[in-house]
Amino acid sequence: MTSGTPVGAPVMVTDLRFGYPGARTDRTSILDGVSFEVRAGERVAILGPNGAGKTTLMLHLNGILTAASGEVRIGDTVVSRQTVRSIRRRVGLVFQDPDDQLFMPTVGEDVAFGPANFGSTGAELDDRVTSALARVGLDGHSERAPQHLSLGQRRRAAIATILAMDVEVIVLDEPTSNLDPSARRELSATLDALAATVIVVTHDLPYALELCPRALILDGGRIVADGQTAELLADEEFMAAHGLELPWGFDPAVAMRRRSTPMTAEAP
Amino acid sequence: MGTTGPLSGNGLGRSALHRASARTKLIGLVVFVVIVVATPREWFAAFALYAAFIATVLIVARVSPVMILRRSLIEVPFLVFALLLPLIAQGPRMQVLGMSLSVAGLWGAWGLLVKATLAVLASIALVATTEPRRIVLALESFRLPRELVSIMAFMLRYLDLIVDESARMRTARTARGFTATGPRSWRILGSGVGALFVRSHARGERVHLAMLSRGYAEVREP
Repeated sequence: MTSGTPVGAPVMVTDLRFGYPGARTDRTSILDGVSFEVRAGERVAILGPNGAGKTTLMLHLNGILTAASGEVRIGDTVVSRQTVRSIRRRVGLVFQDPDDQLFMPTVGEDVAFGPANFGSTGAELDDRVTSALARVGLDGHSERAPQHLSLGQRRRAAIATILAMDVEVIVLDEPTSNLDPSARRELSATLDALAATVIVVTHDLPYALELCPRALILDGGRIVADGQTAELLADEEFMAAHGLELPWGFDPAVAMRRRSTPMTAEAP
Repeated sequence: MGTTGPLSGNGLGRSALHRASARTKLIGLVVFVVIVVATPREWFAAFALYAAFIATVLIVARVSPVMILRRSLIEVPFLVFALLLPLIAQGPRMQVLGMSLSVAGLWGAWGLLVKATLAVLASIALVATTEPRRIVLALESFRLPRELVSIMAFMLRYLDLIVDESARMRTARTARGFTATGPRSWRILGSGVGALFVRSHARGERVHLAMLSRGYAEVREP
């Protein structure tokens, strides 16, 4: 059985360019030479204002869109039409609206959809579904209809649909949108426990700080900054220049201190 | 549009018919409808037998008369057409209550009415005693094309969402003082329907992306 502890794979994006077909030629392309590298098992946030190209970049990571020029590499494999099948098994996308991702009549059938496409059957498939649901804290919900779950539960169910495929890289698009604080906390706990490489595409800056030690800032189709999330967020002027604003009253330095305090207090 | 969706639960497990497998019921329905349609319309006794049979089934399944009436509404267009037939059909005519009606038209109307009604009642018996999801699974087990079954499954999943969405749009309209009065409001209602269509279409595209990213496009090896 392959479902054990999946390890993360590194992601390497080199000079990626993309413009949607039919766009006027004088318009700047959506992605205009994006390059970055993510180490295996790392957690990275991709930050950027609306329309920065975040979602387009995400769709390149598992070959839904293919690069006009440049390349995306997952581990040793270059994403291309030939490798797309194996890439989709290794890279899972969690879309912003869980109702888009959960399209089967019950949660269990939906979680089984991905692995079944990749040839899982019978008891192995059942195991995958059960363990994926357990990992997101939804044990015993497999017979329920998605529309009867809360939004937080649906978002975690959407993550389970990806976990069931034993992916090495998980890309989440705005995972916190419309979640209340307790649902956010449950989501953090779920994501914190993952061994896979996690890329979070978001404009929720406090959440990026909480979850990802490192952040990339995408603006105008380019990576304009790459560094420690706490340091990037502290540079208010730079952030504002790229359309990113911290919520009123949020101080990244205070948040980081508050996070480290209970950890050291519990240690002895 | 009520608060409960058209696909809400039916209180399952109440009778033997509820417990019978969806496959059996589906085959039964198809066989019954084929027999009804194939019966010559002059065989009144046969139709009486069919009606007695389907009435027994509905009584055994304890389907409420309100539900039968509500679901029978789908037959209204046929009903209208059937009522028009005797008036517009050609051929020899007879006098009934001072109206000149076509004999062939009367026969046509009778045939259409009795067959459509029996078929609709049989379908109601199936739907009232079977979870919608089980019907879809049964169709799948009959090896219907995968795409066709998927479309039905999607309808089950998304109908409630679309109903909710249209209810929210109606609330938003009402909140800004809109009341549907006369033909002038049709344009606004129409654009609401248009918006709903566009949103559903956009959702369809996003669902497709989500399916692709979980390996859907590839044809499965047999």
